[in-house]
Amino acid sequence: MSETMLLIAGRSSKQGTSLNVGKLKDEYRDVTSTVEMNALDMERLGLKEGDKVRLRSPIGETVVHCKPRKPEDLPAGMLFIAYGPPSSQLMAGDTAGTGMPISKNFRVEVLRETS
Amino acid sequence: MAEAAKEAVKTAPENTKLVENATCTFCGCVCDDMNLTVDLDNHRITKAQNACVLGRAWFTEHKLEKRPFALIDGKEATTAEGVEVAAQILANAKFPITYGLSDTTCEAQRQAVAIADMIGGCLDTTTSVCHGPSGIAFEGVGESTASLGEIKNRADLVVFWGGNPAEAHPRLFTRYALMPKGMFVPNGKKDRTAVLIDVRRTASTPVADIFIQIKPGKDFEVLWALRALVKGRKIGADIEEETGVKLEVLEDLVQRMKSCRFGAFLFGMGLTMTRGRHFNSGALLALASDLNAFTHFVAKPVRGHGNVTGADNVVSWSTGFPFGMSFARGYPRFNPGEFTTVDTLSRGDADAALIIASDPASNFPKAAIEHLKRIPTILLDPRESVTGQIAKVAFTTATYGINTTGTVYRMDDVPITLRPAFESPYPSDEEVLIAIKNRVRELLAEQHRLGSPKVAQKVA
Repeated sequence: MSETMLLIAGRSSKQGTSLNVGKLKDEYRDVTSTVEMNALDMERLGLKEGDKVRLRSPIGETVVHCKPRKPEDLPAGMLFIAYGPPSSQLMAGDTAGTGMPISKNFRVEVLRETS
Repeated sequence: MAEAAKEAVKTAPENTKLVENATCTFCGCVCDDMNLTVDLDNHRITKAQNACVLGRAWFTEHKLEKRPFALIDGKEATTAEGVEVAAQILANAKFPITYGLSDTTCEAQRQAVAIADMIGGCLDTTTSVCHGPSGIAFEGVGESTASLGEIKNRADLVVFWGGNPAEAHPRLFTRYALMPKGMFVPNGKKDRTAVLIDVRRTASTPVADIFIQIKPGKDFEVLWALRALVKGRKIGADIEEETGVKLEVLEDLVQRMKSCRFGAFLFGMGLTMTRGRHFNSGALLALASDLNAFTHFVAKPVRGHGNVTGADNVVSWSTGFPFGMSFARGYPRFNPGEFTTVDTLSRGDADAALIIASDPASNFPKAAIEHLKRIPTILLDPRESVTGQIAKVAFTTATYGINTTGTVYRMDDVPITLRPAFESPYPSDEEVLIAIKNRVRELLAEQHRLGSPKVAQKVA
């Protein structure tokens, strides 16, 4: 199973509260290691909540857990992840002369992790 | 004293302090109406009245952990020992960078600017990976601006673009821009129309009267189409195919924007972190300017960290530029893409880093993090972080707003003085930076006396 989707990294309430508990603590790690996916996409790909998927970009890859979102909330082919060390692994360093790397709306390959 | 606070005083247990109108520095809203209940025995804030979910976590999760004052190569050290090693690194570096600064006071930021100036380094803040593109757009397009107080009291149309305030800035809705009753909007939200424009539905969507969902990466196209419609130009119905938005939806929005009494764009990183970057922000700022031919319209970037706006202000008034600048030639130069931190790290230019109140090792692109691991890094941070794990010297400092006073700027450039809850055994960022600055000055003077060519270049 492999499919290309659009990844959006952003903030979430849980990310905000958990970083106050500690960025090296489990809660923050869990929040930033969970990718939200359109529920119908998950169904089509045979994924259940909590299953591991590998996200791969031309820069790097990371393994995260997936969580369904209602199709009306997250369009098909779109992923959302809270900013953190896992999303950094996928970001390119090029800033096109602005200082800002592309941190939202970039393509990643989604692969199911078997182990 | 407010009634609720008076009641809290009556019922407070012994050795409890109440801090009225304290300021939350978790996000750029910088709400200064916090009433804190402080347990002085345990050095904990047990209650943060008026705080949002993020503010409550900011205050109540804060605890004085028993941590070393400094770590040098992972080994415990005193602050003074850390200062010596840090100063040696900075004074001897050929391409030092200073970065972070969005979660500390303006007083500390001033010291960081002074150090970067002395060592002839790059100076950049987290703005470069936040609203840096909007900063670039301000220089090209200008900014039709307002304080949050003006928006609260006057705005009858608020357009949130590319952001999710319900999760990232909860009180932007409830305290400043949507719910509160204002002088010219006496019924609060009933007197306002809220529009939300985003690529997905979020927790903010139910708050909006109108939600416009656009295709990812098509913000610029939508903004340019709106500009054309505002100016009376014709747009084809095929705009829907390009952007995902029907022409009549855009026409309705234009009609609302032109006919409101006071309109406000509050825009987030959905514009700055995607393809187009400063062009997206610039298009929105230009649209706000265009609308002033018909009504009063303003645009404000919604800022993330508690004093990232202060960093913009301090670096601007000190150097003439807001971020992404270099002192390498002995005078300030501004060039995002060259002097910004993601670039100096990803290219492998920097040979030493001074990081203040930030965690780039956690959220920078992979190539930048890899280089940060290769060079000596000095970190000032109250809490443990990923950057702390790779730092050569890591100082534990007091938390601004909770343990130290100082000045911060709200996202609308309004400066606010902090009221701390209790003291910390750790020094403030400002104190550590002053100590580093003084020692760097001595080392550079010594190098100058000995005729070091590097110092000669810096002094020249």
